[in-house]
Amino acid sequence: MAITEKFVGQSVLRKEDASLLTGQGSFVDNLTLPGMLYLAVVRSPFAHARIVKVDVSKAREMPGVVGAWSGEELAGEWAGPLPMVWPITEDIKTSDHWPITRDKARFQGDGVAVVVAESRGIADDAAEVVAVEYEQLTPVLDLEEGAKDGSPLVHDELGTNAVVHWSHGGGGDQGVFDNAPVQLRLRYEAPRITPSPIEPRGALASVVPAMGEFTLWTSTQIPHIARVTLSGTTGIPEHKLRIVAPDVGGAFGAKLNVYAEEALCLALARRTGRAIKWIEDRSVSYAVTAQGRGVIHDVEVAATEEGKLLGFRVKELADMGAYFQLLTPGIPELGGWVYMGPYDTQGYWYEFTGVMTNKAPTDAVRGAGRPEATYVVERAVDALARHVGKDPAEVRRISFAPSHAEAKPSLMGLQIDSADYLPAFERALELADYDQYRKEQGARRESGEVKQIGIGLSSYIEMSGLAPSNILGALRYAAGGWEAAQVRCQPSGKVTLNIGTSPHGQGHDTVWSQIAADELGVHPDDVEVLHGDTSISPLGMDTYGSRSISIGGAALVVALQKIKDRARTLAAHELEVAEDDLEFRDGAFRVQGAPEKVRTIPELAASAWTAHDLPDGYEPDLTAIATWDPKNFTWPFGTHVCIAEVDTETGATHLLRYVAVDDCGVVMNPAIVDGQVHGGVAFGIAEALYEEILYDEAGNLVTGTLTQYLVPSAVEMPAFELDRTVTPSPTNPLGVKGIGEAGTIAAPPAVVNAIVDAVSHLGVTDVGKPATPERVWNAIREARGGGA
Amino acid sequence: MARVSVTVNGNAREAEVEPRTLLVYFLRETLGLTGTNVGCDTSSCGACTVLLDGESVKSCTLLAVQVEGREVTTIEGLATDGEMHPIQDAFHRNHGLQCGYCTPGMIMATASFLKETPDPTDEQVRESLEGNLCRCTGYQNIVKSILDAAGTMSGAKA
Repeated sequence: MAITEKFVGQSVLRKEDASLLTGQGSFVDNLTLPGMLYLAVVRSPFAHARIVKVDVSKAREMPGVVGAWSGEELAGEWAGPLPMVWPITEDIKTSDHWPITRDKARFQGDGVAVVVAESRGIADDAAEVVAVEYEQLTPVLDLEEGAKDGSPLVHDELGTNAVVHWSHGGGGDQGVFDNAPVQLRLRYEAPRITPSPIEPRGALASVVPAMGEFTLWTSTQIPHIARVTLSGTTGIPEHKLRIVAPDVGGAFGAKLNVYAEEALCLALARRTGRAIKWIEDRSVSYAVTAQGRGVIHDVEVAATEEGKLLGFRVKELADMGAYFQLLTPGIPELGGWVYMGPYDTQGYWYEFTGVMTNKAPTDAVRGAGRPEATYVVERAVDALARHVGKDPAEVRRISFAPSHAEAKPSLMGLQIDSADYLPAFERALELADYDQYRKEQGARRESGEVKQIGIGLSSYIEMSGLAPSNILGALRYAAGGWEAAQVRCQPSGKVTLNIGTSPHGQGHDTVWSQIAADELGVHPDDVEVLHGDTSISPLGMDTYGSRSISIGGAALVVALQKIKDRARTLAAHELEVAEDDLEFRDGAFRVQGAPEKVRTIPELAASAWTAHDLPDGYEPDLTAIATWDPKNFTWPFGTHVCIAEVDTETGATHLLRYVAVDDCGVVMNPAIVDGQVHGGVAFGIAEALYEEILYDEAGNLVTGTLTQYLVPSAVEMPAFELDRTVTPSPTNPLGVKGIGEAGTIAAPPAVVNAIVDAVSHLGVTDVGKPATPERVWNAIREARGGGA
Repeated sequence: MARVSVTVNGNAREAEVEPRTLLVYFLRETLGLTGTNVGCDTSSCGACTVLLDGESVKSCTLLAVQVEGREVTTIEGLATDGEMHPIQDAFHRNHGLQCGYCTPGMIMATASFLKETPDPTDEQVRESLEGNLCRCTGYQNIVKSILDAAGTMSGAKA
């Protein structure tokens, strides 16, 4: 019997939960193989040092140690360096990044030797006795100093640390920056942060030596990209290398990469003929896993005297770190398309310079480029409002670009798929009781209370759904941006989806089941969703950049349509009618005018499988596969409002309210979308108030554990109040836009704007990020004319 | 090596371990109970939270030899006869987990907390989670799950 209930748009409970709730998850460190060895990496204690000598002999002699090698001794393992797949300009300067360095340590934590042993403890103990002689060099730590001629060099052969310069090339009228009635020049900095998934990274490689076959279980977002690139690094032919992403305990960009330890596990499995496991400690994670942000922006804002925005001209310095990881040079560029925000401007300019430093590599962290951009735009809009003496809500209201339902060119050169900024904005203000808080702010200012109230707005637009392959090609990215799905209707009536996205908490199993259930007239529980294994779902481009539903979901829709087309042919054959006489209604094919003549998809799947009576030339089995290459990105948008209370005596901030009104197009599963917003906003609040990676003047990591790097707990988080507007995307058949990064993009300026707004009457115009009590207190003190 | 005898999820277990073995690795690697996760090396994240004689502890803060003769409950021991515990069920119904890595620790901390505080306020729930970090949910649905579980559990008792 056909299932007539519809599931898309419902908060269907997650299919993923049962194993995770009962301790039966398959995280990498839960996997054990016979004869498995453990890898430990010997890491440089210095930020910048020439390697004079590596002596592993003592480690090799320890009982339980199977092998120990220096970078030089492993050189023969590599068919190529670790991958960087986004050389964004023709003249970008790059150097080879080897899994274990041979010449210099370029950041604290850089791997200089490895040990494999029978147990984790022995491997760690043996790593301690590897003797490395270093000649310390002056580290490059400051972006502006490092970019200058004459600076010490991170990579000597490149002749400079300023290794890449990219410009958007400008759009619209550049004259506005010289002629506009109001011209502001502002500077904003965003410190480094680390993504901090609660599961650190980990990898386990196995080998069948006689076959030359390898399997790598790795805590990754990108099994497919890892397969082709690790094949290039290790020389293991692609068809002999299987990558499995088992349950992945969060990622946030940390696992959108291909790391030395993954290549090492494979190479050392080849060398020893045994399985090799490596599990990252939290302190190692903070030292070596790719970090994000680390940028300085110089911004020119052009506007009218009424506060109507006319343009943004932005020059950015971006910290690349010690090596290019997978996407490093392209991350600032991802922000380079949204420095106009949701506003109707006349002039646009963006350029950035990437600088190598003796710190951990940077790469994508949730939002990747777009949080940096949105922070600058939304902080600058508030600065403009103060400059022209207008309410920041009013400046936004008169500056929003008009709505449109079809794709429309923007000054920055790409087309925005659909937009309707004002309703989300007005709804957010209404939900947050904006006017009432303005009154309360006035009253508290009047009475000079110690605790002042600030209202922070953040209206954002995001470029999500990475990405149209032709645009990626034009931007010199090495791969495509399409996605894939295979659908098989089993003879027993069940359905199997093999999908190319690789979730790590986003609930793809549930949502993809909902979509298939509605299209095929089955129940979501009768759909299984397989992913994260290059042998089971060989086609795909993985999960990052808020792409999964808008591209992977679209691929699924196309595959389902193919299934239904094939099923229709078979139904017409069995019911002895023309295909045009059939309609698919209430979950089944029905003959128009003869409703008793029905075929369900499960019935047709059985017929296609037995193949006893098929139309001429009809291929047995009800299976279809599809890929989808989007014509455009999707462009979510919205407005967030933060109400903050700032203690003007201590600088402490307390968030009273946090309202988010987002528009991610058509919603497949409201509970899951809300969950993505909750997590995204929390990530952004953490960035605004607490989190900062710090190195000292010698390049030592100061925030190397969770006791110094402040990932907030439930106590620090406010309750989030959410609503949505729905502006369907014309980019894909589901009308969806991405939502995984929106909260992280919107929240930091909402929070910092609220803090500045709370103390702006005291003369404060800026507070650095994270806005710690100390920073807020200092800003107040300086505004009051210094002195304690 | 040291011998450890301990009751885990109602079963008597005994093993030889290196004296430096932490309880969490004893559970995970010696006994094969991998539901208890490790997220840090400073006892900050709470992913490894278990019950020791009914009270929540971070199993990375104890040596296996320190729990000699005592009772440990892990996430694997919470469901009974294949039925999820009301806390597990509440996390499921309220979308209280995304990647699921912090979840066993969250649930075990909650089991201990709700025993002491059967009818908590939102604020008490948040304070009870101070030692358990989640990076996916922003805690909103975790708090909601725990309040829901408290309602279910006190309703079941009444």
